[in-house]
Amino acid sequence: MSGSGAREAVFPTRQSLQLMKGKLKGAQTGHDLLKRKSEALTKRFREITRRIDEAKRKMGRVMQIAAFSLAEVTYAVGGDIGYQIQESAKQARFRVRTKQENVSGVFLPQFESYQHEGVSDFALTGLGKGGQQVQRCRETYARAVETLVELASLQTAFVILDEVIKVVNRRVNAIEHVIIPRTENTIKYINSELDELDREEFYRLKKVSGKKQRDAAAEELEREEAKADHVDVQAKAEEAESQDVLGDKENEDVIF
Amino acid sequence: MAAPASAYKDRQFLAVIGDEDTVTGMLLAGVGHVSPPPDNQKNFLVVDAKTDNSTIEAAFERFTQERKDIAILLINQHIAERIRHRVETYTAAFPSLLEIPSKDHPYDPEKDSVLKRVRRLFGE
Repeated sequence: MSGSGAREAVFPTRQSLQLMKGKLKGAQTGHDLLKRKSEALTKRFREITRRIDEAKRKMGRVMQIAAFSLAEVTYAVGGDIGYQIQESAKQARFRVRTKQENVSGVFLPQFESYQHEGVSDFALTGLGKGGQQVQRCRETYARAVETLVELASLQTAFVILDEVIKVVNRRVNAIEHVIIPRTENTIKYINSELDELDREEFYRLKKVSGKKQRDAAAEELEREEAKADHVDVQAKAEEAESQDVLGDKENEDVIF
Repeated sequence: MAAPASAYKDRQFLAVIGDEDTVTGMLLAGVGHVSPPPDNQKNFLVVDAKTDNSTIEAAFERFTQERKDIAILLINQHIAERIRHRVETYTAAFPSLLEIPSKDHPYDPEKDSVLKRVRRLFGE
């Protein structure tokens, strides 16, 4: 009972019993809370994975459209514009900023795209011909990149949540399978030790009272004996005194 | 637990590793950024058949670890395939890594690192 399983190294006193009971209660409350947190996070996690799946499909379509519009540009401009564009890229117009979203105590970053004003690198691209196509292509790609940014925030949330859920579950399991049983064992141990002390004490008291009783009885007996002796002596004396003066004890007195 | 705000506060650019068409498109959308001289670092890398894997890996390394201003790294799936082991072992939250389809290589969800993880988690 007390020896089974691990327990904490404490002295079996009432104070530490109280302490352990408090600890057990705390552990149970913590376990409940963490369990709930883990469930909330898992729910969120499932939702995010579903959305990632959708977004990935959407990305495939969007990128296809974007690639097609680039092909249109190449056709309209009548040559490869890749080199020209790579060389003229200087400042990013399309940037992201991060916001935070709080899901049961976990901060999930969210990317948000914005256009950095006052930068236009490709003002001269497609000046000769195909300007319209270039413009359209830029818009298409901007939309595609927005989809990608959305997907990226989902994915970041996925990575972070994955990690956090692992940590939380590890904690839940640690409390459930290590801390609570150990505390319970400690309580059991303390209880059994205290019971044993109680029994010992009871037995001791019983012994003591038995001894006392025996002593008292012996004393009483002695006293009785002493008293009886006294009475005996007296009685004997009396008896000796009140002997039948006639000396015929056998004869009944005749009474009329 | 979650990354502190300082880990992603300054991240505002997107980086691209892709074939010429993809990079051109992304640059048209306006993601291109060249850091001011003297280092002149570009946030994009054009990969063609002649580019060797070590160059891709170096760029991947630079975008994911050295540069602290990149929020999202876009990489073409067929290029990610060439440095798959690096992509697989990359688990950090920032910058987030996104595999995108290219014109010549349609998107295959089976190869995506993140989707693989999703599948593994749900035991499919």
